[in-house]
Amino acid sequence: MSAAEPIEGCFQLMGGDFTNAGAASSELKAILAKRGVSQEVERRVAIAAFEAEMNVIIHAVAGTMHYTITSEAVKVTVTDMGPGIEDIELAMQEGYSTAPDWVREMGWGAGMGLPNIKKNADLFSIDSVVGEGTTLEITIHIKDRPC
Amino acid sequence: MLTVRDITDQMGLGIAVEGAQHRPVSGCYISDLLSDVMAHGRDGEIWITLQTHPNTVAVAVIKGISAILIPNGRRPDPETMRKAAAENVAIVTTPHTTFTIAGRLYNLFQNDQHPAPG
Repeated sequence: MSAAEPIEGCFQLMGGDFTNAGAASSELKAILAKRGVSQEVERRVAIAAFEAEMNVIIHAVAGTMHYTITSEAVKVTVTDMGPGIEDIELAMQEGYSTAPDWVREMGWGAGMGLPNIKKNADLFSIDSVVGEGTTLEITIHIKDRPC
Repeated sequence: MLTVRDITDQMGLGIAVEGAQHRPVSGCYISDLLSDVMAHGRDGEIWITLQTHPNTVAVAVIKGISAILIPNGRRPDPETMRKAAAENVAIVTTPHTTFTIAGRLYNLFQNDQHPAPG
């Protein structure tokens, strides 16, 4: 297969919109499937994107998920207008969460989201300002496939 | 490999949402913690959970879960059923407890000579 042209796009995310949670990540997963990336890459991007999407829905007022797909990598940038993260090191620890009880009753907010994103990403960075918001950059490399 | 339909038929499960009954089932994962399923669930598994809200369908789609099994006589929320139908995700139900249904499922996998992994 010849190298496909890079594509990019953006999804709007609404804080508190649990009903549509996962819609952006599912659509990104479908775009990757259509693009013909390996199932492994598709799976890792979908998991990381979904966890990031859930964080916006749980914690922020609103956010965006921007993606770029090239022949080398998938890059997903999730930016939110949220409370920001006071202690990123603490937030990265499995089991630490600031989610309210009702979110935990739904099965979220177990403090596994950010560690799971990191686990699935090849490159991962968090930039956060308390009172303003958080930006996650997730990059997953696309492995070379045989011709 | 067992399909969703094989399991539904052989275990007498109720069908809340038909979904993709032909899908093969590679094993089973049990958790009511969606974050845990996101981290440890595997493609093709049947997922036993007491959660009935629509986010279960989103998790199933993202993780490639073959079917959602709701025990204890619980029913999925109407919105969950609508989403599952739209996404072609099977939701099956049973009046039995998680322990009972998981045990029976384990035996079914053993007899099929495809032991449930994990």
